[in-house]
Amino acid sequence: MATTEKYVGQPILRKEDPELLTGRGRYTDDLSVTGMLWMSVVRSPFAHARIKGVDTSRALDVPGVVAAFAGGDFEWAGPLLMAWPVTDDLKNAPHMPLAADKARYQGDGVAVVIGESRGAAMDGAEAVDVDYDPLPAVTDVEVATEHGAPIVHDDFGTNESYTWSLTNGKVDEVFANAPVVVRERYRIQRQIPNAIEPRAILVEPNAASGHFTMWSSTQIPHVLRTAMALATGIPESKLRIVAPRVGGGFGSKLQVYPEEALALSVAKKLGRPIKWVETRSENYVATHHGRDQVQEMEIAADEDGKILGYRANILANMGAYLRIIAPGTPVLGGFLYCGAYMGQAYHVSITGVYTNTTPVDAYRGAGRPESTNAIERAMDALARRVSKDVVEIRRMNFMPPFTEATQSIGGLMIDSGNYPATLDAALEMFDYEQMRKEQQARRDSGDVRQIGIGFSTYLENCGWGPSKVIGNVLQYAGGGWEAATVRCHPTGKVVVITGATPHGQGGETVYAQVAADELGIKVEDVEVLFGDTDISPNGWDTYGSRGAAVGAPAIAQAAARVREKAHKIAAHELEVPLDELEWKEGAFRLRGAPDVAKTIPETAFSAWRAHNLPHGVEPGLEASAFFDPENLVFPFGAHICAVEVDTETGKVEVLKYVAVDDIGTVLNPMLAEGQVIGGVVQGIAEALYEEAVYDDDGNLVSSTMTTYAIPGAPDVPPIAVGMGSVTPSTTNELGIKGVGETGTIASPPAVLNAVVDALNPLGVTQIERPATPENVWRAIRDARDGGGGAA
Amino acid sequence: MTNVSVTVNGQSREADIEPRTLLVYFLRETLGLTGTNVGCDTSTCGSCTVLLDGESVKSCTLIAAQADGREVTTIEAMAQPDGTMHPLQDAFHRHHGLQCGYCTPGMIMAAASYLEENPSPTEEEVREALEGNLCRCTGYQNIVTSILDAAGSMSGAKA
Amino acid sequence: MIPAPFEYARAESVDHAIELLGSADDAKILAGGHSLLPLMKTRLAQPSLLVDIGRIGDLSYIREDSDVIAIGALTRHHDVANSELLQQATPIVADTAQQVGDPQVRHVGTIGGSIAHADPAGDMGTVMVALGAEFVIRNAGGTERTVAAGDFFKGLFHADLAPNEVLAEIRVPKTSGGWSYIKFHRRAIDWAMVGVAAVQQNGSASVALTNMGDTPIRAAGVEEALAGGADPSTASARADEGTAPPSDAFASAEYRKEVSKVLVRRALEEALS
Repeated sequence: MATTEKYVGQPILRKEDPELLTGRGRYTDDLSVTGMLWMSVVRSPFAHARIKGVDTSRALDVPGVVAAFAGGDFEWAGPLLMAWPVTDDLKNAPHMPLAADKARYQGDGVAVVIGESRGAAMDGAEAVDVDYDPLPAVTDVEVATEHGAPIVHDDFGTNESYTWSLTNGKVDEVFANAPVVVRERYRIQRQIPNAIEPRAILVEPNAASGHFTMWSSTQIPHVLRTAMALATGIPESKLRIVAPRVGGGFGSKLQVYPEEALALSVAKKLGRPIKWVETRSENYVATHHGRDQVQEMEIAADEDGKILGYRANILANMGAYLRIIAPGTPVLGGFLYCGAYMGQAYHVSITGVYTNTTPVDAYRGAGRPESTNAIERAMDALARRVSKDVVEIRRMNFMPPFTEATQSIGGLMIDSGNYPATLDAALEMFDYEQMRKEQQARRDSGDVRQIGIGFSTYLENCGWGPSKVIGNVLQYAGGGWEAATVRCHPTGKVVVITGATPHGQGGETVYAQVAADELGIKVEDVEVLFGDTDISPNGWDTYGSRGAAVGAPAIAQAAARVREKAHKIAAHELEVPLDELEWKEGAFRLRGAPDVAKTIPETAFSAWRAHNLPHGVEPGLEASAFFDPENLVFPFGAHICAVEVDTETGKVEVLKYVAVDDIGTVLNPMLAEGQVIGGVVQGIAEALYEEAVYDDDGNLVSSTMTTYAIPGAPDVPPIAVGMGSVTPSTTNELGIKGVGETGTIASPPAVLNAVVDALNPLGVTQIERPATPENVWRAIRDARDGGGGAA
Repeated sequence: MTNVSVTVNGQSREADIEPRTLLVYFLRETLGLTGTNVGCDTSTCGSCTVLLDGESVKSCTLIAAQADGREVTTIEAMAQPDGTMHPLQDAFHRHHGLQCGYCTPGMIMAAASYLEENPSPTEEEVREALEGNLCRCTGYQNIVTSILDAAGSMSGAKA
Repeated sequence: MIPAPFEYARAESVDHAIELLGSADDAKILAGGHSLLPLMKTRLAQPSLLVDIGRIGDLSYIREDSDVIAIGALTRHHDVANSELLQQATPIVADTAQQVGDPQVRHVGTIGGSIAHADPAGDMGTVMVALGAEFVIRNAGGTERTVAAGDFFKGLFHADLAPNEVLAEIRVPKTSGGWSYIKFHRRAIDWAMVGVAAVQQNGSASVALTNMGDTPIRAAGVEEALAGGADPSTASARADEGTAPPSDAFASAEYRKEVSKVLVRRALEEALS
């Protein structure tokens, strides 16, 4: 049962796979309970409208319809949780689960219909008559800040919710005196996260005890439990939230949604189980969106391109309401507008703005893809301005390698880093010189299809997070620690309970690897339990690349405590002093006589029956730990992309993509690589394909998967993933830096820089995101017609 | 109500259902075969892919009545009764061809149908064959690798 | 999403289908269902009766009929794409069928269903117009009529097909000259942003466009220029004449007009090479 095999660092096959591969995984929509009713939400077709009346009488006549409720039919204990008031004067409009007076975005819920079947509930929802008085809508973040724009929340008299800013050094002075100032403007288009599993909820009430069980396709069962108690008034102690198999999240299920509060409240009203399953069309308006910023980015430098200062002004579209961490989402990138580079001065200002659109919140990378876009594309602009190669401009401005925490000009205390190392490795893998030759050959021959090469030597911050820092510095309402319990059953099999809630990343596997190594047992003897607040009562769930960086150290810590206790039992049973036993090759071994040994499983039975435990040792063999890191973690890397651009049609094809990332200690290289590849492809989608488009009236035009272009397998290239350096994080003992978001953070500017590089001889210096055929074609045409391309 | 009789995973299944019942809900809710997932409402994502008379179809874009008298195979029938995984399932496991797993049954059924048509495809052909199946987690790369690997072991097994 | 409630009837024959179609005010034909069911699921279409013609076995065939290939309307895209007869005699039809939808769609969707749906973004209608195909339509009383592809498409989702008529057969000429169908799209799975069918037949070239108006349309200006001896490059500059493409989430009308010129030139170069 015990083993000397080490698992951390090995490509262990996933424990999650067998059930998912055979159709035996249970997602929320796969669950049903006796007596279950279905809920359907009536949604506003208008982006902005006064609700003059809701008439449910026709709906109640539809066969199979049981009940219908409008906004006024509920009494809420509080609004849906907004947990990140980034400034003291932030304007927050309480978000109630149903709009009662005004609909503020297309898709805003105005009523619910409850039916005996999925079809009956939908038929009923169609028959609800809502009397709307449509109002002018505003969807564009810049327009929303203009005088005379429609106001989303009348009481505020403005659409600006907050301005968060950060200044280090003498910014104005540096910019005033700098020989070179590069000024760029980028529009980060809105995206729809599109976890392939739409959201789903099932609530089962126990009328006798007053308990409620809610299954939800959520990333955050623990946060949700608290938020549901605050919204519905149901005691938190009587709420059990379960996130079963979750079909992807990407931040979109890091949310407290109206439908969760509604299903719970309706279940309470009717005393019957309630199920709600989102359709994809609903998902596009009712599940939060991501990105949507306008950036003004400036770099001050000397004539050689040595950077002196950074200045960024960001307008961030919040949508119609501030959702759980929405105000802080752009702030997560607020310290990174200098990337991995040095400087003397730094200023970032972020203004959150209300619009009549689906609320915007965390989407894979949350704030950091945006900041990385700004700095990495501005680096290319700087290189063009001072006539330097894009590699050289990065190299000369990198922070030098460091192994102890070091302060950046952006204000971060970075754990460790070696930025040139990943760049060197990536250049070699990419065969950079050869690709430049091919590019030149195409340029020389005047080929219709031109080649471009783009870089992104990114730095990010993740591993959310040190509770004191995120609370006291960033004004986040929650904590950032993670909890774990490690329990050794009498027969030596181990259960790990984590407060993190993996939903596809492979957490069960890597957590088992970490526990198995600490306990000297086989990875298949470890089961990992999570996502059920009755089983794992403590935790902050999974987002912000925290599963490995914060979740795993908690497990290691709890397992170490188990080992400590087993040590005492082993010494007692072997009748030797504690320090005569050393932990070696998966067992406590007598110094000088290693065959006299006891494994942890061998102590478990004794611990359980407690017939002969050492004095002061409690029965049982389990331990819990709370790990609260002192700092964030800071993965970095170099991504290089080559594209081919059809200069007649504007169509872009990625020819080659190399990603070299330093994520500190790698728990499972196969899974880490999977995270990188998936993230990079999601970033390529961001750069080239995806955009949520609203028309002037606030209708979502890209309203289905046919008009919102998630790329398929034929549309994206293979990604080459390499290793450059391993700089263990100094934030946690395992040295982990986090990998869930790196690909999505790094890749968009690499692709976009490549597109601009391909077209630069045509005079193109700028490209609108995403680089669709039309946007590329316009950039070429505008450059040809004079000027530097689309602004 | 309309009566449908479908051979599902080798077993004859019959039910009276509303005519509007989509094949996917007949499988999931009438028969309890929840391995087939629903990811969209526009016939785009392919999560609901099953085999109809041996060929891949999107079960969200057929009404169950269209399968009346025909054979449907779902992910639940891909492994052997003794639990031995189908070569595609095994290859997805070994090559980390899935993360959240939601698109996976559809991917596997689409691949199974395609490999019947083309037992030894190229990487590019596999990518083309997956055009009707979206994955948000993997970036497709390990899915393609898995299918190529399975194609090799399946044609090897037949030879 | 699931459709609003409807009645369902299975037709045993074309005549039976026509009879059933006449039995309800808003009956719709269900062939493969891959055009209709998505509209019904989003409740944009709510027919009271679906007449399933999918089991009418004698409407699925591809056969030679002197200088024409006759294709039964219920022949699936998959079978059209893989037809050796079509690959040899009228390869543009087989090639285009392979570009429709995705494998799952091609396993169910039918050539007749997609033509009758009259979606201007559909590929097959454009190819039919370029080929000068003919459609055989059966109607009540066991009679039938034949309509030229160029006259069949009347408007957006609107074909020359009465509610109680059934498109039964598609007749395409054998081609001996060059051909090209370019489907320009963002993703492999997308409908054509713009499509161009170019067919060289009997010494002249015909060109038709996808998604450049309410129906598949001929690029009349291009054809005229070619007939006048212009080279593809010159002729293609007139590709957008008479077009009225849509602006949507993927591209503006302006862009579609411009890119259609590039694509027509490329299609002609391929067809005439």
